Amino acid sequence: MQPVVQLEDIHRVYDTGEIKVHAVRGVTLTIQKGEFIAIMGSSGSGKSTLMNTLGCLDQPTSGRYLLDGIDVSGLGRNQRADIRNQKLGFVFQGFNLLSRTTALENVELPMLYSKNRLTARELRDRAMHALDIVGLAARHDHFPNQLSGGQQQRVAIARSLVNHPQVLLADEPTGNLDTRTSIEVLGVFQKLNDQGITIVMVTHELDIARFCKRNLVVRDGLVVRDEQVKDRSIAAIELDRHRDAETAAKLTGHVA
Amino acid sequence: MRSLSTCFIAIRALRRNKLRSVLTGLGIIIGVAAVIAIVSIGNGAKAQVEAQVASLGQNVISILSGNYTSGGLRSGGGGAGTLSPEDAIAIAREIPDAIAVSPEVRDRAQILANGLNWNTSVIGEGTDYLLIRAWDLAKGAMFTEQDVRSVGKVCIVGQTVVDQLFPDGDAVGQTLRIRNIPFKILGVLKGKGYNLFGQDQDDVVVVPYTSSMKRVSKRTNLNSILVQASSPEKMDRVQQDITDLLTQRRSGREPDFTVRNQIELAQAATATANTMTLLLGIVAAVSLVVGGIGVMNIMLVSVTERTREIGIRLSIGAHDRDIRIQFLIEAMILSGLGGAIGVALGAGLSEGLAYLNGWNTSIPAWSVFAGLGGSALIGVIFGYFPASKASQLDPIEALRFE
Repeated sequence: MQPVVQLEDIHRVYDTGEIKVHAVRGVTLTIQKGEFIAIMGSSGSGKSTLMNTLGCLDQPTSGRYLLDGIDVSGLGRNQRADIRNQKLGFVFQGFNLLSRTTALENVELPMLYSKNRLTARELRDRAMHALDIVGLAARHDHFPNQLSGGQQQRVAIARSLVNHPQVLLADEPTGNLDTRTSIEVLGVFQKLNDQGITIVMVTHELDIARFCKRNLVVRDGLVVRDEQVKDRSIAAIELDRHRDAETAAKLTGHVA
Repeated sequence: MRSLSTCFIAIRALRRNKLRSVLTGLGIIIGVAAVIAIVSIGNGAKAQVEAQVASLGQNVISILSGNYTSGGLRSGGGGAGTLSPEDAIAIAREIPDAIAVSPEVRDRAQILANGLNWNTSVIGEGTDYLLIRAWDLAKGAMFTEQDVRSVGKVCIVGQTVVDQLFPDGDAVGQTLRIRNIPFKILGVLKGKGYNLFGQDQDDVVVVPYTSSMKRVSKRTNLNSILVQASSPEKMDRVQQDITDLLTQRRSGREPDFTVRNQIELAQAATATANTMTLLLGIVAAVSLVVGGIGVMNIMLVSVTERTREIGIRLSIGAHDRDIRIQFLIEAMILSGLGGAIGVALGAGLSEGLAYLNGWNTSIPAWSVFAGLGGSALIGVIFGYFPASKASQLDPIEALRFE
């Protein structure tokens, strides 16, 4: 089967005038359909640059990037925008929802920039379906500030899904969330992945990475480790365990 | 087409920030309102001047009698009384484009009726007088050629005279005495108001010029002759023909008359009103431009404030063009809507001022279109710079913006 993502010797050099920063120094990577990958690394390791490259937000200085069989490394600004719209979904650490805009309207947004025109009714139906997948259909008319962090992130996930992307890219999606909400959001990712959606997630937490199927470690602009996760965490089980632990903590607290 | 959904996006964005949208629109609202109000007031003033000029009559030429000097005493204009009724008859006969001619004898006299008296202007005229002055009768009828020939003791009176001598209002058929001679009132003129020089045009009694010469003023000649030309284009021709004819009739003597027309007067008066409107309009237009710069400022601030939003939009697939058009449309809607509100406000303002000060105002259609179009244009011009700035943002940088 054709891989969804093929990176061939990707380099990215930031030219800030006097100093040249070599953020990515030759990454070759293949991602198959249905994979769930965590990219790990400390800050400055080049994982964000790698993620921006994967997300067609940034262009590699050299190397080849095939997304769904299309060479996207040489595409222009607007062509990359179309690729992002049609083939990629983004989930950010800070949720990045439009404020004072309802959950539904936020989810509709990528379709408004889509090449194929949809009627207002189709927009609404597809957005509602996406919200339904993340379990927030009932809150479609809420504004972001009326939703909890976890709910906001689920709206963001619904937005990333609405154009049926090839790859879902998540940049520290649990970075602003507490443990329990993090597990819930990871549960949504696992469910989506079970349905066949390819997910690439950047994180620097090992616990979070263990929910994925494959872990990459990036250091100094190179992939230094690439392994399958052996005893993978399953969100439903972890959630139960977390609840038990909380109950136990409460009980002991009361006893004491 | 994605423009439609871009419109949709822009409208959503504006609706999300109502306060900011209102404040941005305010500059344009005030600018357009000022333009509309000033133009309508200026236009009203012009219309008033034009109405006053029109009240003098259309295409009217007046021939004024010359003056005389007697033993060092100079009579002043029209004093010589060198125009005769025959001159008027000759003009009517010889010059085909002089479609109406009225010999005129002016006098002031004390008049009596109903036990009341009043000093007024008694003018002797021909039957064409009302036609020349574009003056209608409110009641009754004008005296006839027959009355002129028979030196009839008949008259028509102006509204002021009716008010002063016939408080009951019913004057037609009654008799008034001019220098103790009874005159029957045949008709009452419609009110014409004050003329350009502030004189009450309704304070008048009009009698046949023959009656004035024989019974009232006892003059043997005319003060002036009023002539109406068939069209404005014929004015110069008719004026020249009259001069030639009267000169010929005087067989080589010094011309003892002057021929004038009212076009110069009308032009001067209208030009003044136009100048005022233009001047005030420029001031208003400047305020509109200032309002436009206000829109640009707020849009620029808005671009900075909404950097992250722009980043989100770019990251999920917006083209440069989508962002640029969104901001342009936002600016256009703001200034267009501001323009529409401004038009309404300006119209209200001019109506209010007209009501309070008793001015005439009229809002010309072009000023409404200019106000709306101008403000939309300002939206495009002053929206373009912030819009293109927004569209050039780097999505990664924009997303990182706090």
